[in-house]
This record gives sequence, C-alpha cells and structure tokens, in this order.
Amino acid sequence: MPVELLNVIEVMLNGLMAGIMYSLVALGFVLIYKASGIFNYAQGVMALFAALTLVGFQTGQVPFAHLINVIFGTHIEYWSDGLNTFVAIILTIIVMVILAYLVERFLLRHLVNTEPIILFMATIGLAYFMEGLGDLMWGANIKALNVGIPSGGSFWWEDVTKTWAPAEADYYGMYIDVLDVWAAVIAILLVVSLTLFSQYTKTGRALRAVADDHQAALTLGISLRTIWVIVWSIAGFVALVAGIMWGSKSGVQFSLSLIALKALPVLILGGFTSIPGAIIGGLIIGVGEKLFEYWIGPLIGGATENWFAYVLALVFLMFRPQGLFGEKIIERV
Amino acid sequence: MFYRESGDFKTSYRADQQTFPLKLDRWVVWLFIAFAFLVVPFLINDYWEKSVLLPVLVWSMAALGLNILTGYCGQVSLGTGGFMAVGAYASYKLTTAMPELNLFIVIILSGGITAMVGVLFGLPSLRIKGFYLAVATLASQFFLVWLFNKVPWFYNYSASGQITAPERTILGVIVSGPNAPPWATYLFCLTLVVILAIVARNLTRGRIGRSWMAIRDMDIAAEIIGVPPLAAKLSAFAVSSFYVGVAGAMFFMIYLGAAEPTEAFGIDKSFLVLFMIIIGGLGSIVGSFIGATFLILLPVLLKNILVGGFGWPTDLVAHLILMIIGGLIMFFLIVEPHGLTQLWRITKEKLRLWPFPH
Amino acid sequence: MDAQRTFGEPILEVKNISLAFGGVKALTDISFDILKGEVRAIIGPNGAGKSSMLNVINGFYHPQQGEIWFDGQKRQNLKPFQIAKQGIARTFQNIALFKGMSTLDNLMTGRYIHMHSNIFSQALWWGKAEREELQHRQRVEEIIDFLEIQSIRKTPVGRLPYGLQKRVELGRALAAESKLLLLDEPMAGMNLEEKEDMCRFILDANDQFDTTIALIEHDMGVVMDLSDRVVVLDYGRKLADGSPDEVRNNQAVVDAYLGVSHA
Repeated sequence: MPVELLNVIEVMLNGLMAGIMYSLVALGFVLIYKASGIFNYAQGVMALFAALTLVGFQTGQVPFAHLINVIFGTHIEYWSDGLNTFVAIILTIIVMVILAYLVERFLLRHLVNTEPIILFMATIGLAYFMEGLGDLMWGANIKALNVGIPSGGSFWWEDVTKTWAPAEADYYGMYIDVLDVWAAVIAILLVVSLTLFSQYTKTGRALRAVADDHQAALTLGISLRTIWVIVWSIAGFVALVAGIMWGSKSGVQFSLSLIALKALPVLILGGFTSIPGAIIGGLIIGVGEKLFEYWIGPLIGGATENWFAYVLALVFLMFRPQGLFGEKIIERV
Repeated sequence: MFYRESGDFKTSYRADQQTFPLKLDRWVVWLFIAFAFLVVPFLINDYWEKSVLLPVLVWSMAALGLNILTGYCGQVSLGTGGFMAVGAYASYKLTTAMPELNLFIVIILSGGITAMVGVLFGLPSLRIKGFYLAVATLASQFFLVWLFNKVPWFYNYSASGQITAPERTILGVIVSGPNAPPWATYLFCLTLVVILAIVARNLTRGRIGRSWMAIRDMDIAAEIIGVPPLAAKLSAFAVSSFYVGVAGAMFFMIYLGAAEPTEAFGIDKSFLVLFMIIIGGLGSIVGSFIGATFLILLPVLLKNILVGGFGWPTDLVAHLILMIIGGLIMFFLIVEPHGLTQLWRITKEKLRLWPFPH
Repeated sequence: MDAQRTFGEPILEVKNISLAFGGVKALTDISFDILKGEVRAIIGPNGAGKSSMLNVINGFYHPQQGEIWFDGQKRQNLKPFQIAKQGIARTFQNIALFKGMSTLDNLMTGRYIHMHSNIFSQALWWGKAEREELQHRQRVEEIIDFLEIQSIRKTPVGRLPYGLQKRVELGRALAAESKLLLLDEPMAGMNLEEKEDMCRFILDANDQFDTTIALIEHDMGVVMDLSDRVVVLDYGRKLADGSPDEVRNNQAVVDAYLGVSHA
C-alpha cells in the first residue's frame, strides 16, 4: 500500500477512536432525553464531576478540604492513603446515584410540564452549579487518573502496519493508543448491556413506556419520579465511564466538561432518541473532523476540529432536521 | 397608598400606549437618567469605571440584544460571544482603515456588519427550532472565534495575534485607548445604551415586536394569520445581532482596549448573557438591565466581601460564584421564569394596594 | 333568520381536492363553493377531514390534486401568510392565541397584514409608525367593544378562562377584516350560555362586518340555526351539500352520524 493511503487509514482509525469517545458522552444525553424529554447540558460536567470524585476517593482526599481549611484555619487534606480502585468506583457510583436523587428532588420535580427549552436552560444552570461544586469539593487543579487501563502507543500495531508499506518507503507504522482501543471495547459493552437492560428487564420496559408517553405510563402505575432517578443514575454511570476514559487520556480537568459541547453535534446527526444514532453520529463526526483537518486543515490554518462538527451538524440540519434516525415530524394545528 | 394609578386617567390612545403609563414611574425613570448623565460623571473614578459601570453598560447592551432574539422572538442563541467578536473586529478594521471616522459611527456600523452576519447564521432558524437551533448557533460561536484567530487580515497581521484599540476622540475628548478619562468612556457608553434601549422599546411595542412575540408564542398560528416567519425571524436575528455587535465593539474599543478572540469572546460569554436575561427577565427591556447589573455586581460584591473582607483565596470564591450563579438560574427557571422584573412587578402591585390590601 | 337570504358570486371555490399523508387519504375529490356573505358550515363525524379541509383552504396543507379559486382567481401555490394577506382569516380548534401577549396585542397582531411602517420609522416611533399604530388601535377598540371584552384589554391571554380565550381568538380573526373567515369549532367545550353568546357574535360579525364565514361545528342545533348552507364530509369524501333542511333529511348523512349496519 502506498504511504499516503496508510496515512489516511491512520487518520481514519484515530477518528473512529475519537468518535467512540464522543458517542460515549452522547449516549448519556440520549438516555436522559428518551426518558424525560430533557436535553441535559450538564452531562459533560457530570463526567467531570464523576472523574473528580473518583480521583478524590482513590487518593483519599477530604471533600471540601480547601473550604474547611479556610473557614476553620485547619490544614487537613487527606484522610487516608486512598482507596482501592474498585472500592472507589463503587463509592463514586453511589455518589452519582445520590446526585440523581437530588436532581430529581430539587430540580426536575418542579419543572414538570415546562417547555423543553426552559428545561435545557435549567440544565445549563445545573452544569454551572455542579462545576462549582466539583471544584469546591475536590479542588480545581489538574489531576491524573489511573484505574489500571493500559495506555500508550501499541508497538505491535506499529510493527504490523510497517510491513504494509513498500519496503523502500520511509514509514514507521501507524500509531494507535491502547487506551482508545480499550475505550472502544468498553463503549461497545456499555451499549450492549444498556440495550439488553431496556429490552429485557421490567425497569427497562417501564423506562421505555415513560419515554413513549408520560401520561399513559402514569396511569399504569409507573412512578415517574423513580424512573427519573433511575435514568439519571444510569446517565451518571455513563458519565463516570466517559469521565474515566477521558480522564485517563488527558487528565481530570475543567476541559473535560467541554466534551458535552462536542456531543451536541453528534446528537444532531444521530437524532436525540436513537442509541445506534448516537454511536454512528459520533463515528461520523470523529472520522469527519480528523479527515477534514488532515486534508483541508493545513490550507486554512488548522485547528478546524474546533468548529467542524458544528458546521457539519448545521449543514445537516438544513436538509434533515430530524437527524439520521429520527422520524419525520408532521406539524399540526 | 403613594404608589398608585387611580386619578391617572388616559384620554387618548397615545397616552395609553406610552412606555411608563404611571406618572410616578415616569418621574423615577427621568430622575434616574438625569442622575446617570449629570451626577455620576463627576463622582466616577477608575475603579468604578472599570469594574462596575462600563461592564454593566456593555453587558446590558449585549443582554438587550439577546433578549430581543430569545425573550421576544423565542429563538435561543448560544452564539452571542461569536457575534460580539464580529462587532469588535468590525470596529477594529473600520477604525484602523478610516482613522478619521467618528467612533460613534464606527460602532454603529460595526453593529450593522454584525447584523448582516447574524442574518446569515439565522437562516437555519427557518427550518429548525428549540435547542436544535441553539446547537446550530454554537456553530457560529466556534467558527467565528476560529476565523478571527486564524485569518491574519482580521488582526492586521499583528505579531501577537491581538487587536488593540487605537486612541480616538469625539468632540476633542479621548474616548478610547489607555488615555481616555473614566467620565468620557462612561458617558459615551451610557449615551449609546440609552439611545438603543429606547429604540429597542419602540421596536418591541409596535408591529415588528408583535410579529416576534407571535412567532415566539405560537409560530404556526402566527404564519396562518399573516406573519411571514422568514421576515419575523430574520429581522429578530438582524436587530439582535446589531445590539450584540455594538456591545462587542464597545467591549473591545472602550472597555478592554486589547482583545484576543478565544479569551474575550468565548462560549462562557454566550452563557453569561443568556443567564443575564434569564435572571433579569425574558422578554423585558428593563429586565436586560437588571440581569446584567445583577450578574456583574454579584461577583464584584462577593469578591469584595470574601476576598477583601475575610481574606479567602480568590479561586475558592470563584467556585462559590459559579455555584451561586448556577443555583440562581435553576431557582429562577423554577420559581419565576420572568425573572427579577416579574418580582419587581409583583412588589409594585403590592405597593399599589398598600396599606389596604383588601 | 329570514328564510330568503340571497348571496353574490362565490368567494371561494374548491374543486376536486385530494389530500393524502403518505398512504393515508385525508380528503378525496372534494368540491364545494362558499358564496359571498353566507355562513357556510362544514360538518361530519370525527376524522372526516374537516380540519384538513380548512388547512387546505388557508394553505397550511398542500393538496396533491385539485384547484382552489379565491375571489374569482385560481390560487397559486402560496404560503399561509400570503393567503392571509389575500383575505382569509381563521380560528383554531385548540386555541392558538399568543399566550404571552395581552388581549390588545393579540388583536393588534391580527391587523399585521394591514400595517406597513418600516423598521426605521418604528425604531424612532415617529411619523408613520406612530400614526399607523394609533389608527389601528382605533379599529381594534371597535372590535373589543363589539365582543364586549373591554375589561380584559390588557390582561395576558394566558390568564383568561377558556370561554374568553375563544372570544379573543374570534376577535383576532375579525381584526384581520378578511373576506373569508374560517372558524374551527368555535363553540367546542363551551356551556350553553357561552354558546349563545358566540352564536350572536358570529351572526353579528356576518351581518355588521359583511364577513363571509365558513365554520366547523359539532353542535347540530347550532349548525342548523346559524348556517345558510351545509356541506357534509365523511371519511374524506363529500356526502351531501345543501340547505340545513336538505342535509337533515339526507339518508346518507343520517347513516353516517348514526351508523348503519352493513349486514
């Protein structure tokens, strides 16, 4: 194979990996949107919050240490040498469930039957609140996250691909991060288990019933509030997975919450209600932006990844407002 | 008892349609404007100018603009930061290309240019609604900021990639650049804001304003009774972007003096302005001012008390402020979607009846 | 009502209209006309295609086949707001008022098609914009008087009770001073008293403002009293067309309403 083609394949592979990461965040959005019609802007911050909490438990940080020290003049910071990763993950999941309950109790319950756009803005408020809370609890410095997933370039893959190029070419093989491959595997597992859950469990069926028609579900004795807590808990779990992946890759820091913004165009492409849509949308955007940057980027100054996804979504919206997998909307009066 | 409308009869439709139908309200507003124009310039100093008055004026202008689009026409935009950047870069290019051009005209023209860009990015609103549109406006936010970063023509090929406001005078007084006296920059911004606030009020109470609100409240019915959606939405985008562009030009030329797009016009600015109109009141001119003032003063106040008074570290206070702002947004959306303006209106209703509420 | 009302030429003619959504046929080969000055009722069981018919008339749906002639001219494929401008106003089955606006503003919006001042004049609120505003306010106040809704002039319509909202919606349609007024179930969900009021307003509007009215209504008593001619739809087809008496005695209509066994 010519080197040029190999380069393109490498770009596409990296795009696919990035796309899976986007899909992972988008998945959380789709879950909440399907069950409650809420477009949860805070999903990205939830990922940040989950990752911060996980690191906090892992390293044995005292929550709100900074604040306590300032108020009481103490100098506490750590209460132990930290917890086993597995225990820390379990504790973080518990925190996310508590958070889901609090969100339902103090926010959603009061916003039943309001317009979607108001709910959307409320979740922006929630995002700000949680960002402040996360920073206040665990500190805003960049933290390394390591849960034992291997990372770094794969030498095996480099060696394999090296042989694909013509012998005389100066080609060193393709770079692929092992972490990304793991992320892909985990994402696939997550999607499969979520699908099984919603198809074959009682809770899953109730969830789909609520998604279909709130009123009808209520008349059948399904508790909307319980369902919401469950859905937000699952979304919190998905956020944790996304947070672990992104955090392991580039450290736990504020920019983690911005992945929510990247997930938005993914949703536009895939449709807000379709889990396969979220996956495929993520892949299209991941590959698309990497290829665009590779081919067009150098001509116009680079860093096109900042906007490519949005402009793609915008163009797409003009022609198919309901997304790839959404149903056509017939308006009535 | 003292605040009432009885005895304040209207005998013509003209009198009935005025902005402040109550005599007392009119007096208060006139007094407030007179105070702002005649007294404040003599009391102002550098601190008040830079950390309170100018920010309040600039962000009020931006909030006015977004309120026209979101509060009146119901189209949510997250591209405010990007459009402010357009206004800023337009004013920079205009004033460096034509140094003789009056700064007032430069800023108004910058608004005009932003309006055209706004119409361009408003075109998708004809096909998409709600938060789909909000996401589409993000495209303008990120694309515009990227554009001003990457195309050297916009920053006149300066080595730092920054734009710097040159010194300009109006009637012989310096109003931009580092040597401008606080009272001059303040009066310049105040004049712009007052004039454009009156214009906004006029636009929103007449034919065009009603067409915006009709689209907001029920777009299909609006079209069926004769409001062309294209004209209504695009005019809202144009007028809104004009205001936001003027705000961006003021922000850069008068307040910042130097700007770099990612830092000055990022997505956080878009959210800030959105928060201002939520807290101040969607669909209210006065609300834009209240919201902007509130969100500018709150951090200043908290910083002064907690950092200055109690000696807390600034980053801690910054996190607290984030939480408070987020909490307030949720609170207002739940309790009072019409924001502080509505709370004020309710207080007035009560005052009107006081002390005999029954 | 006097027995012998005579009317002019047709204001609207619907010729061989067929409308389908995907595979579902909503209207099949419908033809009828509405004469200037008359009150024309469109009736039929639920799902007969009445609202679809109105939506076709004001251009919200575009039929696959057929022609519409309005005011003596064949109508081209127009957008709803252009059709409103030609002189067709309507009310909606589920109230479609602008909830955030006052009664007055709702009615003023109804006059949108008659107002023309440009954006700059409005920005300054000077000259034409202000004159126009006052002049149209005058017209709107006449309608407010006519509908006896003076006291709720400045109330946001979202706060009004259902019956009054229906009345304001009629007011908004009247404010357009259209040649043809379409009313989609103007009396749905009202009590007897409110119905009587609404009947009076409709007849007076027809009389005083010379408005031609086409209405959909389920209350047969109301339909028979109000209308000059009735067209009956069932399953998207025209079943009967004629005076209230003729329609009442038409066997096909009776069957459609009461059901008939196809044994």
